[in-house]
Amino acid sequence: MTSAVKSSASRATAEVTRNTNEPRLSVEQVSYAYAPNPQQAPVFTLEATSFQAKAGEVVAVLGPNASGKSTLLQIISGALPPLSGRVLLNGNVTHQLEPRTRGQRIAMVQQESQLLFPSKAWEFVLQGRHPYGKSLRFESDEDVTIAQNALAQVGAEHLADRWMDQISGGEKQRVILARALAQQPLLLLLDEPTLHLDIGAQVDLLETLRRLAAENRYTVVVVTHELNLAGEYAEQVVLLQKGKALRVGPPASVYQRDLLEQVFQTQLTVETGASGRPRVSILPGPQ
Amino acid sequence: MRPLTVSRLLIQCLILAIILFCVMVLALKFGAIHVSLYGLGRNLLRVFLGKTSDIATEYSLILNLRLPRILLGAFVGAALSIAGTSFQALLRNPLADPYVLGVSSGAALGAIFALLVEPHLALPPEIAAVFTPLGAFLGAAIAITSVYFLGRRDGRIDSSTLLLGGVIVASLLYAVIILLLTTLPSSNFRGMAYWLMGDLSGVPSRPLAWVLRIGFAVAAVVIYTTASDLNLLLSGEKEAMHLGVDVRRVRIVVYLAASALTGLAVAVSGSIGYVGLLVPHVMRMIYGSDHRILLPAAAFGGAIAVVFADILARTIAAPSELPVGAITAIAGAPLFIYLLRRRFA
Repeated sequence: MTSAVKSSASRATAEVTRNTNEPRLSVEQVSYAYAPNPQQAPVFTLEATSFQAKAGEVVAVLGPNASGKSTLLQIISGALPPLSGRVLLNGNVTHQLEPRTRGQRIAMVQQESQLLFPSKAWEFVLQGRHPYGKSLRFESDEDVTIAQNALAQVGAEHLADRWMDQISGGEKQRVILARALAQQPLLLLLDEPTLHLDIGAQVDLLETLRRLAAENRYTVVVVTHELNLAGEYAEQVVLLQKGKALRVGPPASVYQRDLLEQVFQTQLTVETGASGRPRVSILPGPQ
Repeated sequence: MRPLTVSRLLIQCLILAIILFCVMVLALKFGAIHVSLYGLGRNLLRVFLGKTSDIATEYSLILNLRLPRILLGAFVGAALSIAGTSFQALLRNPLADPYVLGVSSGAALGAIFALLVEPHLALPPEIAAVFTPLGAFLGAAIAITSVYFLGRRDGRIDSSTLLLGGVIVASLLYAVIILLLTTLPSSNFRGMAYWLMGDLSGVPSRPLAWVLRIGFAVAAVVIYTTASDLNLLLSGEKEAMHLGVDVRRVRIVVYLAASALTGLAVAVSGSIGYVGLLVPHVMRMIYGSDHRILLPAAAFGGAIAVVFADILARTIAAPSELPVGAITAIAGAPLFIYLLRRRFA
């Protein structure tokens, strides 16, 4: 086994033993506000929110548009310092991590990944090795192996030599996910990854996430609009409305008809599906 | 999967260096005085062997006049191309270039300002030598900073606003330059106007030449150390940050270094347009958008392009010489229009 793989494996083992008692990710009372200009009072885009997640757990962040989902994700990633509170990943405050260290521990899959100049899928996935590189960052054989494995894990080996602007939305999303896996993170964040995907590709992506979280012991936080997919695949749900975390917990406890109707401003029913997970159906007509 | 390796990089650079050498030999051959390639080779060999006394008059003339000019052209082309490549990556805009963004105009204004002020300051000669490039660097840095903030909307760079900002800053600075130039005695005016259009005939003094060499080497190396960060910045600052790039540091370092390169180039040759736009594009078509190979390739490509344009400038209307900037603009403007139309089609 190569040294990079070895070190990441030993790190993963250390994480697993550590995480039997304590959560890997701890979001503690984080809030965020911003003022459009200095004269105006700041507007809270996120009020104090807390939750915790263990290794291997999938957390879904749900809520209507402009409810603070992406803000919460940016704060968790450490890209945005919170106004108050803190986010701990294995006891380290995420926004105080060195950029390189952060790149090794936290991977983010954005809504859309725009490319100025097209690149091949394998080149794109290799970018995930950037936080591990030396000064000029010529990729080693290990980096190539890790990138190949990442592509294989999302079932996209056959896309390696394709151009990123010539593959379908679902295929592109898998390659973007592979780049995040190549970072060998502890925490995997996804901002509406199913946005441009058809229903088959959506289910496929969440199945993959579920499997990866279990196999690689990632903690996954995914922002999504898909109530049923979140209910099916997440261990925990954070329900946001207008910057407030209304409820945090397992899908069965969050998916209450009254609550969801109030948040999403539409009539719906909540049933328990065959998997024992809640299932939401939207009823036509206004509330 | 075949990631870039050091040996592949070196081989490509070697090939480009050989092409540059050939173009430089051609540039030595062509001009007001005609010489044979054979004679040129023999006399160049004599120079290398230190037998300078055996060199015939016409060849010594060529080696003393043409060679420094060719080397200057290569230097200026490389500097502008590296600056253009960096600006394109940082601003995520394939149409960015020191000339289009008004950075060259800023540098020109800074240089002229330094030239006008310097005689009144009674500076020691070591400082006087670097005064013009320093003014050009400051002018370039101020121009790119203004354009950057003009092009920023809601915390992100807007491509069209940025280009428009560049055009406006450039035309404003140009107007100020013309105002300053009209205060000069008319005997200096023609020389300055030539310089403004991009001119390689003024060979820098010895101390200035050293400033150019050292400044170029430092700035180019500094930019090259960020090559793989620039690759990630192509997909946006946020993405780059999530992949471990210290975006703030890279941005400041590369803006400063690219402004320095532009300032150095403009201080000795005026504003030679479109090299920083055209060359990175052509090189990207050949080598892809990996900056670890693109930056050196663009440097060689820029050197080749300017030396070649200078051959045209010296031969088209021989024995009189055209400003090399006119040649690059005539070749570059149509390509710019083509790229613009293709992008927004």
